[in-house]
Amino acid sequence: MSPNSETMSIFSPRLAARLDALVQKYPVKRSALIPMLLYAQDEIGYLSDAVIAAVADRIGITELEVRNVATYYSMLRFKPAGKFNIQVCTNISCMLRGAYDLYERFQDELGIGHKGVTSDGVFSLEEVECIGACCWAPAIQVNYDFLDELNPDSVPEILSKYRSAAKSAGEASHA
Amino acid sequence: MADVTFTVDGKKLTAAAGTLLIEACRKAGIEIPAFCYYPGLSLQAACRMCVVRQEKVGKLQTACTTTVAEGQVFITESEEIAQARKATIQMLLGNHPLDCPVCDAGGECEVQDMTFKYGAGESLYAEAKQHREEQQWSPAVYFDRPRCILCYRCVRMCGEGMDVWALGIQNRGVTSVIAPNEGDHLDCEQCGMCIDVCPVGALTSGSYRYKTRPWEMTHVSTVCTHCGDGCKVTLGIRQSNDGSEIVRADNRDKGGINGDFLCAKGRFGFDFVESPDRLNTPLVRNTQGKLEPATWEHALTTAANKLKEIRDNRGGSAIGVIGSNRTTNEENYLLQKFARTVLGTNNIDHQRTADYAAFARALAGQSGKTAGLRDIGAAPAILLVGGDPTQEHPLLAWALRTDVRLNRARIYVANARNIKLERQAKAVLHLTADGYHNLAATLDAGSNDFSKAVLAEESLVVVLGPECPGTAIESLVAWGLKRANVKFALLGDHTNSRGAADMGLFPDLLPGYIPVSTPAAFAEYPGLQAGAGKTLPEMLIAAGANQLDALLIVGADPVATTRMASESLKNTFVIVQDLFLTETAALADVVFPAASLYEKSGTVTNAFGDVQLVKKAADRAGVKSDFEILVRLANAMGIEVKSLVPFSKRGTSADLGQTRGAQAGEADRSAVWLTANNLEPRLSPFDPLAILDEIARLVPGYELDRMNLYAGNDVRTELGATPGFVPVSALHNSSLIAPAHDTLFTSGTLGQYSSALHELEEHQKNDVATTAAD
Repeated sequence: MSPNSETMSIFSPRLAARLDALVQKYPVKRSALIPMLLYAQDEIGYLSDAVIAAVADRIGITELEVRNVATYYSMLRFKPAGKFNIQVCTNISCMLRGAYDLYERFQDELGIGHKGVTSDGVFSLEEVECIGACCWAPAIQVNYDFLDELNPDSVPEILSKYRSAAKSAGEASHA
Repeated sequence: MADVTFTVDGKKLTAAAGTLLIEACRKAGIEIPAFCYYPGLSLQAACRMCVVRQEKVGKLQTACTTTVAEGQVFITESEEIAQARKATIQMLLGNHPLDCPVCDAGGECEVQDMTFKYGAGESLYAEAKQHREEQQWSPAVYFDRPRCILCYRCVRMCGEGMDVWALGIQNRGVTSVIAPNEGDHLDCEQCGMCIDVCPVGALTSGSYRYKTRPWEMTHVSTVCTHCGDGCKVTLGIRQSNDGSEIVRADNRDKGGINGDFLCAKGRFGFDFVESPDRLNTPLVRNTQGKLEPATWEHALTTAANKLKEIRDNRGGSAIGVIGSNRTTNEENYLLQKFARTVLGTNNIDHQRTADYAAFARALAGQSGKTAGLRDIGAAPAILLVGGDPTQEHPLLAWALRTDVRLNRARIYVANARNIKLERQAKAVLHLTADGYHNLAATLDAGSNDFSKAVLAEESLVVVLGPECPGTAIESLVAWGLKRANVKFALLGDHTNSRGAADMGLFPDLLPGYIPVSTPAAFAEYPGLQAGAGKTLPEMLIAAGANQLDALLIVGADPVATTRMASESLKNTFVIVQDLFLTETAALADVVFPAASLYEKSGTVTNAFGDVQLVKKAADRAGVKSDFEILVRLANAMGIEVKSLVPFSKRGTSADLGQTRGAQAGEADRSAVWLTANNLEPRLSPFDPLAILDEIARLVPGYELDRMNLYAGNDVRTELGATPGFVPVSALHNSSLIAPAHDTLFTSGTLGQYSSALHELEEHQKNDVATTAAD
């Protein structure tokens, strides 16, 4: 990060432009708050204090007001998640089709519980409410990927797929 | 809006269409319980306590959001409604501790009251209570999370009411929690309004919590002693070893000019009365030149003998008197009468914080042109010239914000500084520091958007800040008088600056701004000098040049405020009446320990000319009111006290003047006036009301509405009532005006001795420092 972080945006130029456009889109600036938080979280990984301050500044409200809204929503987080955030649905359709067994297998394999992050930072795990994939229950969401009609035995394969993706991405970024 | 008629519990009620049902019922004496509803704030409809049954409507309706319309029928109490309220309480008590006997709010808690009225003896909820430790958010504000019932009153009060927005609500559902803006502490104006509106013991006050029980206190409504707004404050008093102490200040009587409001100074800044630095005994300088404790008799005799000796040998002009801007009207009046009739001098002045003489001059002969706080709070448009009300006049700022929020008033700010109230302003005009002179011309020209908008207003209140020099006051008042429907107010600092000016603490003006050269009714003062006396700076210079032999200083600290050299008073016999050993008192020859405004009675006039009754609340052994000290001093000088304070059953001279004619003897004007006004003579020389009677008789504009005054209401005094013209005088140049520029946490001498205010100031300072470093 640039030493002169005060004048530099903490967001990429592309995101900054997107946020600027969002603020213009609504009759009242603060209406843009939730989408701004979502996009910022996608880029930064979580809503850091700096993100909250930057969003508050763009909308012209206090940081407290941003937190008032942000803390309401479970999909907005204030701590870094893993590179791949595994969200296991345990709502009724998924539950009836064995989502709890699936969720337990994830916990066992990863050694973490709800909202936990693995020590290497690759995975985080969350038990979530309905993700709208009831027809293919039980379903999970890994970042924005949907994986469905799973059973506990599909867990190791899923994890190794993402682990190798993380590894190659890491190598690419170091090259 | 047109009135509509509807039925509540079988009673026909009438209210304006669109009135909230809960308000209409309260006005008709039907109480509907509510936790989240708070008059004047936005509607929340969060608590479901105010549910009522409306005819032909399927579900119970919330009375706080139902607006009345023609022909509606409501039932506010029934089996069904009681059951609904009981269920609500059961929910609230699901996690609320049931430890009322140790809770700070026990005895004045709305949940406690409602549980008593509707609550169940047992609960269906078996879940364990979630305990959280109490948090301290600032020296003033503590938060006990499990007690919170999430009514949002504090959040709305802080945001909408105070425009501070320091409280928020975080998380969702059962995990919702009230949160301060700095994570674990508050960065705010520390007004304590959140504590005041909290219906339970969730937000508690650092200065009051766990000290007493509400029913153990006596509650006395009096006037705050800090700024010039004159908020009505209710002091909770409890017996103590040396009299009675103030345990709490709040505004439970919401009928004052301040309505719901009280700032940090009013709410927490009363502790100066208990300061260990308080003087409890008179001090007299001994032969070794040191101040030592003395009896009242000794101190009074020493001071009286010296004053008498100087007056008799050198004349009154060798004595100077400096009055206070925080003593009562009666004390100020008595002081100038004492100076003019007993000491025989016009050398009397006070530390002027705003040019009220210029204001009176500009308004002379005009009636109904000054605006009281209630007028300002209801005005459709306000032009605020100078001043920073948020810091210096918190109640005025509250009144303006509330006026904008509830009445859509328009505020126009013309100021050399940037002030917080610009956030509510419709238009802002930035002036240069000396730009106030030309403002009237700028407005008249109508050449910018600001003046166009101001000129378009059909009625206007012009509020003049303390930095407006006399010439600007005159030009702006003249500008306003040319237009119809313009009223004025001038902002002075300290609790009774306006009273000090109105009561004639001027070297050239008598009470009511009447020139000493043409004393009119004051011709009855025996020995009144015709020539103007010395101003405060002139007195201090004269003292330094050994031309002033004695100085009587009441409730003022000129050595500190004028930064004068301390040795300049070396050869002057200085008498000081004050609460503390101020820099001036430390140089004095005799020091009398004075009572604070909370320990005496009388009246004070706020900056806007609203006169209010001061009631004795606390009591402290060893001190006397400035009124009593002056009367005793006069008595010790051998003066017939009746001539100073008209008291006793038989009148002051036992001559009603009816039989022997004017030549045979002067009529007892006081007795004649009292009889004409159907008032009884006062029986004690220490009764301030005896002087209030004389003020009403002699001072133009102070024929006060006694009924309302005694009832604890604010009554108006009229500046323009001064007959004739107040002359321009060399003694009224703007260099004599020194606005106090107090902040939310300072209050002249008194503030220096309030540890509560110091703590708040420190908290805010450190807070700002850490935020800036991030």
